[in-house]
Amino acid sequence: MNTSDERYGARTSGPGDGPAGRSPGHQPPPWYRGRGHPTSEGPSAGVALGDAPAGPLVRPYTMTRGRTRPSTGPRLDLVTIVVTARDLKERDREPEQEAIVRLCHRPISVAEISARLDIPLTVVRVLLGDLLADGDVRTRATMTQLPEKKVLQAVLDGIRRL
Amino acid sequence: MASADSETRPQEAIPQAVKIIIAGGFGAGKTTLVASVSEITPLSTEEVMTEASYGVDDIGGVEHKTTTTVALDFGRITINHDIVLYLFGTPGQNRFWFMWDELAEGALGAVVLADTRRLDTCFHAVDFFERRGVPFVVAVNRFEGSTVYREEEVREALDVSAEVPIVLADARERESCKEVLVELVTHVIRGRDPVMSG
Repeated sequence: MNTSDERYGARTSGPGDGPAGRSPGHQPPPWYRGRGHPTSEGPSAGVALGDAPAGPLVRPYTMTRGRTRPSTGPRLDLVTIVVTARDLKERDREPEQEAIVRLCHRPISVAEISARLDIPLTVVRVLLGDLLADGDVRTRATMTQLPEKKVLQAVLDGIRRL
Repeated sequence: MASADSETRPQEAIPQAVKIIIAGGFGAGKTTLVASVSEITPLSTEEVMTEASYGVDDIGGVEHKTTTTVALDFGRITINHDIVLYLFGTPGQNRFWFMWDELAEGALGAVVLADTRRLDTCFHAVDFFERRGVPFVVAVNRFEGSTVYREEEVREALDVSAEVPIVLADARERESCKEVLVELVTHVIRGRDPVMSG
């Protein structure tokens, strides 16, 4: 575990990486369990790695009031891209939802939201379902079929450019 | 920027995400490959599953539920302003097969990383992608001290058809991983449109 963390840590992050507005003094959200996921924020996010037992614990489905799937709305795939609505209304949101709308000012996938906020995927889907219903975020439907030729060609060119 | 008021300003376009699966047995180098080409340090996301298990000697017929956490490692490559490519490693353990359906859904294709010291560990992956009709390539990850096999030997051992590309790779080397991905996407395009192969 630690050895792989070191390996991750040795890599430099790409440009534009990481959620906007994070600073070295960033405090972990209250439900953060500090398991030290190898995110690009790393220890600089002010999270003491390995302090798992000390942090407050919230059982995952407490955040969703027991729901395990979104009540309505589009299917949220691992790579459904989510972006915060431009005309975001001021209103009371759960802390986890607030964290999501902050994170999604840049378009980001469902899997990345889950990884960066350290909230299980199933829970993220439920929270996103509510945010979508309230118009706080928008998504782009993921394809369930093979992408168009020009998308494939763009992917090929993009990989070659790496 | 332009002083378009917020009412008429069009909503920002949301990029389209495409997904490639990196499969293979435990320790085959999946996360290493993802890390070699990803623009972000690989991330790990968790799915919490409640599994119903039925004990073989459970005479009362009582259903036991256990909660299992599956970790998925993934990386990202921004292709252009409109396309983002995600690379997902499959969970190593076979009991997490249920995640594969979700991974395969809408996937562009898959890389099966083969470790020639334990070739049988990728049989499942080959089977799965063949059955699901997900285009894939086999990348033979070079491990120090492992015997070098010829492509035909690997092809025969894995029993994959002649059109499935088999490439040698070093998951630690970015260039090598790029070649594997180029091979895969070329294979996908070729399968889509045989005339336009290149």
